[in-house]
Formats: sequence, structure tokens, C-alpha cells
Amino acid sequence: MKFLSKRRKHSAAKPLLLVLALLAVGLGYSFVAPQQTSAETEMTQQIEEGKALFDVSCSSCHGLNGEGTTQGPSLIGVGAASVDFQMGTGRMPAARPEVQIPARPVIYSQEQIDAVAAYVASLGTGPEVPQEDQYSPEGLTAEEVAQGGALFRANCSACHGIVGGGGALPNGKYAPSLFETEDVHIWEAMRTGPQQMPVFSKDVLHDEDVRKIIGFIDAQQDAPTYGGQPIGSNGPVSEGFWIFIVGIGGLIIVGGWIAKKGARAR
Amino acid sequence: MARPTTIGDASPVIEPAVAPTTKRNPAAPALKWGDDRVGLGKISRFALRKVFPDHWSFLLGEIALYSFIILLLTGVFLTIWFKPSMAEIEYDGTYQLLKGIPVSEAFASTLHISFDVRGGLLVRQIHHWAALLFVAAAFVHMLRVFFTGAYRKPREVNWLVGIGLMALSTIAGFAGYSLPDDLLSGTGLRFADGLIRSIPIIGTWAEFFVFGGEFPGELIIARLYMVHILLVPGLLLGLVSLHLALVVYHKHTQFPGAGRTENNVVGYPVFPVYAAKAGGFFFVVFGFSVLLGGLVQINPVWLYGPYDPAKVTAGSQPDWYMGWLEGAVRIMPGWETHVLGTTWSWNVFLPGVGLMGLLFTLLGLWPFVERWLTGDTREHHLLQRPRNAPTRTAFGVAGMVCFALFLIAGGNDIVATRFGLSLNAITVALRVLVFLGPVIAFIVTKRICLGLQRKDRERVLHGSETGIIQRSPGGGYSEPHLPIHENEKFLLTQHVQRQPLEVSPDTDENGVRISQEVSSTRARLSRWYLGHDVPKPTAAEIAEADHHGEDGHELEGQAEHQALEDRQPEPAND
Repeated sequence: MKFLSKRRKHSAAKPLLLVLALLAVGLGYSFVAPQQTSAETEMTQQIEEGKALFDVSCSSCHGLNGEGTTQGPSLIGVGAASVDFQMGTGRMPAARPEVQIPARPVIYSQEQIDAVAAYVASLGTGPEVPQEDQYSPEGLTAEEVAQGGALFRANCSACHGIVGGGGALPNGKYAPSLFETEDVHIWEAMRTGPQQMPVFSKDVLHDEDVRKIIGFIDAQQDAPTYGGQPIGSNGPVSEGFWIFIVGIGGLIIVGGWIAKKGARAR
Repeated sequence: MARPTTIGDASPVIEPAVAPTTKRNPAAPALKWGDDRVGLGKISRFALRKVFPDHWSFLLGEIALYSFIILLLTGVFLTIWFKPSMAEIEYDGTYQLLKGIPVSEAFASTLHISFDVRGGLLVRQIHHWAALLFVAAAFVHMLRVFFTGAYRKPREVNWLVGIGLMALSTIAGFAGYSLPDDLLSGTGLRFADGLIRSIPIIGTWAEFFVFGGEFPGELIIARLYMVHILLVPGLLLGLVSLHLALVVYHKHTQFPGAGRTENNVVGYPVFPVYAAKAGGFFFVVFGFSVLLGGLVQINPVWLYGPYDPAKVTAGSQPDWYMGWLEGAVRIMPGWETHVLGTTWSWNVFLPGVGLMGLLFTLLGLWPFVERWLTGDTREHHLLQRPRNAPTRTAFGVAGMVCFALFLIAGGNDIVATRFGLSLNAITVALRVLVFLGPVIAFIVTKRICLGLQRKDRERVLHGSETGIIQRSPGGGYSEPHLPIHENEKFLLTQHVQRQPLEVSPDTDENGVRISQEVSSTRARLSRWYLGHDVPKPTAAEIAEADHHGEDGHELEGQAEHQALEDRQPEPAND
């Protein structure tokens, strides 16, 4: 201790002490202060990326802060699931204002879509993008898939048609075909109710029920078309068309041939 | 059209050959046995020598007859497994996507036939395709009879029988369509329930009567089953027999042509020619039905699922023969009146019940209306070429256009989705078109018919165009015509020039009022119906034209003439 007490009056002692104190406070702060995690940095970064994309592709209709304009609705509170559906099926960004925005080829990568989704989710809470176990029909029994069919007929087929091929709605609107729709997008559409579709909330249809419906749609897609060519799955309309064109038309051709054939008499 | 059947050189020669007497026919004793007991010889001599004329359009009715036979055969197969019961059971068959779902026994047995009975799905699909074919062929056959005037005296009764057949086949089709108790047909049944209920005053009670209580009840499938397999087929069989018996009694009509008169039938006897033709055609129709049933899916009830009154599917449609009614109801404005606590649903009653009644009334009355308009009381066994009855043909086409527009309306949602159109726009457009379309069709058709009449007249008087342009020494150009064949000339001029009725006097020679036979209204309508025909060339005109042709446009040079003779077109067959 002699070393310290001997030099305590040294001219450099006071500045040195100050430096030491500062170091102690600084180190102490670095332990106590809230940690800035790497994840959070990424999140902020993602939201920023999303905001940048949003400004370029979405803001002209939905407003610079997603507050909505006369051209497009507010996106505050629509949630990440909504963005994932709209952009993941190519509906957004829309090419032009239409009665109903059609699905188109997706031009954004999943990362970009996630970024915009994160940004929109940051504007207000809404349905999140589901985990795979929420929508995946893996592990459903045959009975459960069949129940999904009953649920589909009760809730979906009134608009989407009996096999999900789509159906007409008033004034040029329509329920689109479900043949090409991915499982996750079906879940998201039910929860967020895009365009004409009503919202099927968790209180109405549990995730378990949604899984069954998705399982049924998938199973029906994979099932063989028993009985031959489904001729467009249009029901009796195409059947009637066929019976006149192929049935009556074909038989008239044969009939013409039969009537033309004569026996020769001498 | 009315050309005599061309006789192929490759066709076998049929010659009367004397049966060799040395060799005894092994079937002779059996035939003699039959002849002795039921007069087989006399019957078969009559039946086998019966002559039928050749024309493809005469085979349309045969398509209907043969598909009816196919329906009977396949229907028997289906009844073995079908259970006409609405009792609810849990489905436990092969089709996995309905496993454990509560369904009616009717629906379960339909699935059983489709998936668990060997060949069941094939037969079910043949049955359904044949049913569509049956009604379609009956319709097209009726159109043929209409457009050629085959329903005229003495065949009015058979026309009425045919209309009865049409109504019954529609009922049979609808009842059969409803039997599987699937979601689609249940919706159709609900539609029929709506039609019944829309009948003013008694509608609700009529529904209770038909369904044994409120829709859907527990009886309707069993009742429809009885209608579908017993009542209507029985009536159909009886009426089909009557229809055919009358054809035999009246003898078959034929298209006009050289050698064909009101008093003969030019064609082939049943044996051996028509037996082979008609018999072969049966197998062709059967083959078509089997091919359709085997290759093209129809009424996939497993996709539709069991009926539940709470569910209706987008794209629900009836089979085509009910589609026009469905369409009429779809485009009808929602008119409804409430009088003293009763609801008068004009929106369903007028297009549904009203239109169906209108169609069958019009069809039933038509032969008598036409007769009233033309005052034609003669018998007719020669058919009319549609162009020679322009107003009737125009009526027929207008009716077809109207029917087709209603049919399109019945699938307005399919049209909207498949062609990317607005459902409302289609509906509004069709509301106008169902009235406008027939009028346009009427005018256009009548003009086309009159144009064809003019063409016929031109062809008789001036011959057929040669396609050769000649320049005269003076520099003028002309196209020489070749005279047409005598047979064709006959065909184009054989019809009777129909004259509109004249107003008959309403007083006799003494000035006393008598009942007027042809009122001025009737005469006016008759003029409207018949008055626009292009006068057919008279004998004098033809003689004059022939003479003119000889010294006028005759081609010079034998070789050139010969070349033209060679390329003379076939007699027109339109």
C-alpha cells in the first residue's frame, strides 16, 4: 500500500483517478444496461427493408404509412398473414385497380415478402403468419379428412364450388379456384378474409378444423378422377354440351352414313 | 336434302333368288309351328315387307328409342343395389373422402354401386348419359318433325303423343337425377319444391302433398323411385308403343323427290335392309353410350356429397332439359305480391310453372293453329322443305333461340367464371335478349327461307352456274348456265304453292247474314303466315326459259360443252 499512499499527491493522480472512475462506470454500465441483441438488430433491419419495399411498391395506393388512400385500404392491423397471402399469391402489388385483384405469378422472394409483412405487422397487431403445424394436414385420419369435406361443403363450396374450382359472385367478382392454392395461403385467406371472402376467425373454425378442410382440398386434388374425363368439372352444363355435340352430333354423322348406304337392285 | 338416296356401286346386289328346294330349311318346322298357332307368317309378311324411306333425320327418333332401351337395360342393373331410403347411416364404404360422414341410404347405395359393385360406375354413367341422350334425341326428333311439317294431317294425334312422351321423359329424367340424394340433386329437388310452392293459394299444401310434409321430409326419394322405375317407364313404354304403332298405321313420311308421291313410300323393306340398318344403328347408339359412360365422367355424386338442406353449392345446375327453366327463374326480376296474408311469388311461378305450361300448350296447339291459319285440310305424306314454310321455320328457329338463351341463363354463373364476365351484366343482357333474340331470329330466318325460295326459282329457270365467263364479240361478258336435271327441277317445283285464305262473304246470295267461314282477322293472319312465298315457276315459265336457253346462252363447240357436262355439279341437296 505504500506504493499508492506515497504517490497520492502526485500530479498525475487526479486525472488518472478520473480515468479509472470513468472506466469503472463505463464497464459497470455495460453490464447493467439493456442488451441490444443481434436478433433485434435483424428485426429492425427487416422492418426497414420492408418499409423500403413498401414505399416503392405499396405506398402509392396504401399510403406512405399504410394508412390507406382512396385507391387502397388501410393496412394498419391487417397483420403479417394478410401480407403473406396477398403478396405470396401474386395478388399484390396489383397491376391496376380492378373489380377483383386476380392471382398472378409472384415476383417477390419470400424474404422480401417477409420483410413487408414485418413492416405491416409493426403498424398494428393482426393475424400472424401461421406455423406449419397450424395448417399442415399432416397426420389427419381418413375420418378427419372426410369431416373436412363436410366443413368444406358447409362453409366454402357455396362460393368456391363443389370441388373448389371457383364460382361467380355479383358484378364481375368471383371466388377463385383453389386447385393451385397452397395450404398456408388457404389458412391465411380464411383468417384474414381477402377481397370478397369473409373472415373465418379462430372462434368460428379452430385451427384443427382448418387443417381438416385443407386436408380435404388436398386429398380431393390427389384423388383419381373416377369415371373418366371430368370435362372441366362444370357439372351438368358441360354434360349437356357433350351430349349434344358428341352424342347427337356423332350419331347424326353415323346416321347420315347409314342412310346413304343403299342396296343395289337390278 | 331431298335427293334420292345415292346408290353406291360397292353396295351388294340384292337379287331375288329361288331357294334351293332340295335342301330343307332346318328352321321350317319351328316356323310352321308358330305360323299354325299365332299366324306368324302373316304377321312377318306384313312386318318384314314394311318399307321405310332413307334419310338421316328419320334416324333421330330411333336414337331416342334405342337410348330408351339402353335405359331399361342399365336401369334394371342399378335397381339391384339401389336403396330408395332416406334413413341416415354412417358411410363406411370404399370412398375414403366420405368415410364416417352421415349419409342417407340412397346416397350410400349409390356410392356402393359406384365404387364397390363390379362395373357399377360404368353402368351408372351409361345410364345417365343415355338419359341425357334420350331427352336430347327426343327434342331433336321433335324439331325435325316440326320443321318438315310431318305433324300435319293425319299425324296430329301422333304429334300429341310425342309431346306426352317429351313431358314424361323430362319427368323421368328429373326423378332419376334426384334419386342419389346428393347435394346437387337435392338442390334441384329444392328448386322443384320452390316451383310447387309458388303455385298461388295451394302451393304450400301441394308441397305437403308431394313431400309428405315439409321439404325434404323422409318420403320423397321413395316416391320418386316409384315414379322413376315404375310409373313413368310404364307410361313411356305404352306411349312409345302407341307412337310406333301410329307410324306403322300412317306409314312413314318421306321427303319429296322424283317418284315419290302422297300415295307411296319409296325406301327399303324392313327385311333385310332396314333390319340391318336399324339393328346396326342400335349397336352404334349403345356403343356411343358405353364410350361416353366409360370415358367421360358424369354426375360424380361422391364429389357433391350427401344432401343437406343447409348447403348449396356454387355452380349447381340441373340437367340440360331443366336448365332452361332454371335460367328463366334466374333472370326473372323478384316480383312478389302479398294479398290477404298470402304470398304470390310471380318471380318463381311465371318463369317456372308458367313457362313450362306455355311451352307444352304451344306445342300441343300448334298443328291446329297452323291448320286454322292455312285452311289446309288435305292429308300430307310428303314432307315440306323448311324453306317452303318460311313462317313456320322462322317460328321454330325463334323458339330454339329463346330456349337456348334461357339455357345459357341457367348456366350464367358458369359463363361468368369461365369467360371472365360479370354475372349481373349477363343477367341483364339475357333479360333483354330472351325477348329480342327470338324476334331477330324470326326475321332473319324468314328472310333466309325466302332467299332460298328465290334461289330455287332462279335455278329452275336459269339452270346452274358454270363458272365460265364468256366474252361476246361486242365486248360484253356473260356466264352461261347449264340446265339442271329433270329430277332436281321436279324437286324444286313439286310443292304446292300455298295461297292465303280469302275473306269469305258474310251474307248469302240473297243478302241474308250467314256465319262467316273466314273472318277478316283470320284472312289477315293467313296472309301474314303464307303471303310472302316466292311464286314457284309455272310450267309456261319453265318452257319459256328452256326455249330461251337453247338459242341464247348455248355454248359453242362440242368439246367445250362436253367439258362442262363433265363438271356439272351434283343436284343440289340442301
